[in-house]
Amino acid sequence: MIAFLKLLFRNRLAGLGAVVLAAIVILVLITPILPLPDPDVTATADRFKRPFTDGHLLGTDHLGRDLLSRLLWGTRLSLAIGIAAALIAATIGSAIGIVAGYFGGRIDNIIMRGVDMLMAFPYILLALAIVAALGPGLMNALIAVAAVNVPFFARNIRGVTVTLAGREFIDAARLAGLGHTRIILTEILPNVLPVIVIAMSTTVGWMILETAGLSFLGLGSQPPRADLGSMLGEARAALITAPHTSVVPGVMIFLIVMSINLLGDGVRDALDPRLRSGALTRPRAMTMVDREAPLPPARDDTGLLDIQNLSTEFRVGPRVYKAVSDVSLSVQPGECVGIIGESGSGKSVTALSVMGLVASPPGVIAGGAVRFQGEDLVRASYATLRQRRGDRVAYIFQDPLATLHPLYRIGDQLAEAIRAHHPIGRAEGRRRAVELLTAVRIPNAAARVDAYPHQLSGGMRQRVGIAMALANDPDVIIADEPTTALDVTVQAQILALLDDLRRDRGLAIIFITHDFGVVAQLCDRVAVMYGGRIVEQGPTADVLARPRHPYTARLMACVPELGGGRRKLDAIPGLPPAVDRLPPGCAFAPRCDRAQDVCRNGAIDLVVEGDRALRCHFPCNDTAAAGAAT
Amino acid sequence: MGIYILKRLLSAIPVLLGITVIVFLIMALIPGDPATAILGSYATPENVEKLNRDLGLDKPLVQRYFIWLGNMLQGDFGRSFSLNRPVLDEIVERFNATLILAGTAFVLASLLGILAGVVSAARQYGFADKLITFTVLIGISIPSFFLGMMMILIFAVNLRWLPVSGMYAIYGGGDLPDLLRHLIMPATALAVVATGVIARMARSAMLEVLRQDYIRTARAKGVPERRVILAHALKAAMVSIIPVLGLQAGFVLSGAVYIEIVFQWPGVGRMLVDAILKRDILLVQGGVVFVAACYVLFNIAVDVAQSLLDPRIKT
Repeated sequence: MIAFLKLLFRNRLAGLGAVVLAAIVILVLITPILPLPDPDVTATADRFKRPFTDGHLLGTDHLGRDLLSRLLWGTRLSLAIGIAAALIAATIGSAIGIVAGYFGGRIDNIIMRGVDMLMAFPYILLALAIVAALGPGLMNALIAVAAVNVPFFARNIRGVTVTLAGREFIDAARLAGLGHTRIILTEILPNVLPVIVIAMSTTVGWMILETAGLSFLGLGSQPPRADLGSMLGEARAALITAPHTSVVPGVMIFLIVMSINLLGDGVRDALDPRLRSGALTRPRAMTMVDREAPLPPARDDTGLLDIQNLSTEFRVGPRVYKAVSDVSLSVQPGECVGIIGESGSGKSVTALSVMGLVASPPGVIAGGAVRFQGEDLVRASYATLRQRRGDRVAYIFQDPLATLHPLYRIGDQLAEAIRAHHPIGRAEGRRRAVELLTAVRIPNAAARVDAYPHQLSGGMRQRVGIAMALANDPDVIIADEPTTALDVTVQAQILALLDDLRRDRGLAIIFITHDFGVVAQLCDRVAVMYGGRIVEQGPTADVLARPRHPYTARLMACVPELGGGRRKLDAIPGLPPAVDRLPPGCAFAPRCDRAQDVCRNGAIDLVVEGDRALRCHFPCNDTAAAGAAT
Repeated sequence: MGIYILKRLLSAIPVLLGITVIVFLIMALIPGDPATAILGSYATPENVEKLNRDLGLDKPLVQRYFIWLGNMLQGDFGRSFSLNRPVLDEIVERFNATLILAGTAFVLASLLGILAGVVSAARQYGFADKLITFTVLIGISIPSFFLGMMMILIFAVNLRWLPVSGMYAIYGGGDLPDLLRHLIMPATALAVVATGVIARMARSAMLEVLRQDYIRTARAKGVPERRVILAHALKAAMVSIIPVLGLQAGFVLSGAVYIEIVFQWPGVGRMLVDAILKRDILLVQGGVVFVAACYVLFNIAVDVAQSLLDPRIKT
């Protein structure tokens, strides 16, 4: 509770709203004991006195009544009516919602039909109809406003109750033989109460405004008693000659509604965990760069794409998650390099950093360089980066249902990939789209080009993703687990397709996966990542035959071998490290059975040895089998 | 698509019937004798009885409902005693004026609201975002009737830029420029709250969408950022904005009642308030049913627009 209040007041605007509202409420509560003139005593001789005249701080109205006194009494009435309406609407609406949600079935159906019916009215029509039937008057306006808001509560509370009613503790209460009334009152109500309170806090401002509106129309509070709405309504006739009589109640309504809105927004934000974690921030067009270390000098034997000492972090509040630390990797034309590791090892972030696609905020590239044909992309402007994206370096993403735009035809999405870099017409774009779909072996491409993503199967969508990456005949394709969501047959087809494309077109591929089988089939070289670092690197066949880092060995031992049915499947004990508090030494040390004290103190360098590289003090040696490590 | 529209129209029939039942039941609650209300308290008992018979008020409730419904379906909404003319004629004439006012305000609010929301989201936490968020907060907190009065005071009385009230000038008006001059203030005052609500919704919908994987895909393709925002993100965000537009149309229609009073706009809202004060029940009944029916039909149009935008909706 205290944490919640702190959070609420950290939001300065919400604090302001709370202060203004509290001031108004206190003023209104002490109104009866304030030395004010009677709000209803008329003195026609004193009519339309300006503000700050003697004895009338805010002046007088058309009947010479003191405006300050009428304002405070009117505010008192407006607040009371608004809150009463909110309470009535919340009570009745919640009761209806709980009954509908708890009993479900036909009762639910009938009640919700009725609620939908009431919601089919623009709210004022219903309110007007009710006032028309009951006659003008403050109580009747209150009833009308409460009635109009009942469906809102009924629908919201029903939703919450339905999910509650399916929970185990309700079943338990039923089995214990408790009656329906008892269950509703002791089990359901306490759980929906917070929702009711929040719904009330967001609607009470509305209800104050609505009752004021009805009074303004002359359908609510009747003279001589006045609420803010009827004060404004009466003042309208003298709008031109004595505007202060309108401004005073109008500003008061504005202040009340605004402070309630501010407070309501603050409450909502304070309760929304997504806002706190920054999950509602918009990622920029490119990842922010905050290079702490100087730019590493270019290497001589740079490949086509050369990642050098790359570090990428996520900065969330005071926490820094080092997703990628000091990763170096290069790929030659026509070569396929695999990056393998568990989820959270930093392999995807490495890939996304290349073209500045890490969601930012919170992502920040904190160091290193990414050189494409010798040009550093980390330092590049947005315009340069955009020109390379999809044209020279293309991506294939995992889960193509989420990565294809759901509302565009796939043909248009393919054509757009080309059009982002080359000016081509509609017909040409379509022709090229069909060509691309044919190239990735989608049958009946001419018809499929008009399909939407949801109309295709998972395998087909993944092919579309590949076709999109091929659109501009890029030099490098970065494939981020493109086969993970697919079944084995389709996976094999996709891998064969990628392999053919690589050989036919001389593509360089960086292939990210957690599957050694895929690496073995496709990759020339492989890098193993753990805790954001590369721990081992080398030619695929060599690494698979002779893994040297204990982690690689254990990872391979996790893969069941086809036909090796009875062998015990090893899981690695423990969990991958949390990258916001990496241990000082080897990140794998806590899970490693070879680790010694020296592993836990001080950084371990990646040592290059011929075509292999390793980050370990106690590597497993030339014994081929993974089992040797255990 | 044709079949989908037809299906939606058919599904509206029970809703429309429900509306007539609700309105009829509310009106049946009226205490006292409508005939006495019409004829005044000095009417002779014979006259009251005769009028009750003429109005069909001597029949049972259910029968009265079906007579009323049957007549309405034939275009006979009854006769307004306070205006002494057919209810439907009056409603159609007044609704036309309301449509001009509310329609303009709604279009204005939708365009400005979406624009503000998109800018706000694209510049999240920047100056434009803060300015828009603050303006929106003020906008949704000002009662439209108070805003209308202040606009009259400033732009009509002090600056004399625009006419104070009405729909046309009394002398020599009646053409389109005249209508537009009269429309500016009430339409703006009416649009303010809806603009604010739509802007808020559009902002959060855009922020939600901008985090989606397909936006990253568009960026990975090298699509220029402007197009990422205006084509990819906005189109997807419209899926959650359109229902809000449908909802706000109802609020604009509701707000029109106040604005019509403030600006003496000859619309259906002012007619309803007058009718209530004069206890002209048939006029209230007819007006409420008519406007509610139009709103239901409008919401069907919203659903159809949604299905045109989103191919995943089964039509």
